[in-house]
Amino acid sequence: MVPQFLLDLKDWISQPWPWYVGGPMIAIIMFILLWFGREFGISANFRVMCAADGAGEFADFFKFDWSSQGWNLLVALGAMFGGYLASHYFIPNDGDMAHVSAATVASLQNLGMDYQVGHVPLVPEFYSWEALFSLQGILVIVVGGFLVGFGARYAGGCTSGHAISGISALQLPSMVAVVGFFMGGLVMIHFLYPLIFK
Amino acid sequence: MKMSRFIFVGILFGLTLYKSEAVSWFRIYEMFNFQSFHMYGIILSAIAAGIIGVQIIKRNHLKSIEGEEIQFHDKDKTYPRYIIGGFIFGLGWALAGVCPGPMFILLGSGYTVLIVFLASAMLGTFVYGLLRKKLPH
Repeated sequence: MVPQFLLDLKDWISQPWPWYVGGPMIAIIMFILLWFGREFGISANFRVMCAADGAGEFADFFKFDWSSQGWNLLVALGAMFGGYLASHYFIPNDGDMAHVSAATVASLQNLGMDYQVGHVPLVPEFYSWEALFSLQGILVIVVGGFLVGFGARYAGGCTSGHAISGISALQLPSMVAVVGFFMGGLVMIHFLYPLIFK
Repeated sequence: MKMSRFIFVGILFGLTLYKSEAVSWFRIYEMFNFQSFHMYGIILSAIAAGIIGVQIIKRNHLKSIEGEEIQFHDKDKTYPRYIIGGFIFGLGWALAGVCPGPMFILLGSGYTVLIVFLASAMLGTFVYGLLRKKLPH
């Protein structure tokens, strides 16, 4: 028999986490990596994976000792496993939902996504292979991925490296990068979305 | 095995971002529409805890598990790359609704199409590597 306190713990983990649990947990993850003598930054893995695939033949940017960055690939591998565990073993009572506000549901309806309050899934339908056969799916997954990979390396980091690690260490460049992230995001959502989703 | 500790950190990261709904395209959309405090709460409380912790580490010269003082590297003090690169990243983040961490997490959750996103992100990184010397930094 599984002890009752473990079942209670599983139930507790399974419920959606409020922001004041999620945020400090992210800081703790950064501290654990610092304690291990490493710096938190997920997008660096794209450069490592390019280098491991032989991109060093084409650009000096990929000529570095990528095998010393294997630890970061393991963090990414662990993140995948964490996602697997969360989606298979820690499912909340109402299923995996994004508990977005009523205002967001109204905005989604304006974009032509017919969701009701309390019934917005965690992951949108267009994260599917079928969606790759639509212009919208190609834009979201293929173009979105390209911009994220290009922009993250150009800016020298992504949300984890700049917004969390960089600003925590009071790095002015990271604050500038995060201002850039938000400017790009706002332009996309407010000016380009109405053209893409309609 | 010494390296396995990094897998455990990753699992904790995956569970955290999944359970706090930060992996959700809808939450990112909501954030850029300023329609909820949720994502801002996550980012701001992570930064608040992060600033306090980094100050404690620096002032006490705390050491890593390998016995060396924990180092913080200053980022280059040039700004075009952070504004332009950041802007491009932001366009992609809002369009795809995932940044690199959630991409790996959702890939593990079974959204296998994100392998295409990963390939595109690697291509984007590769193209940046090719163009790097011609871009303003």
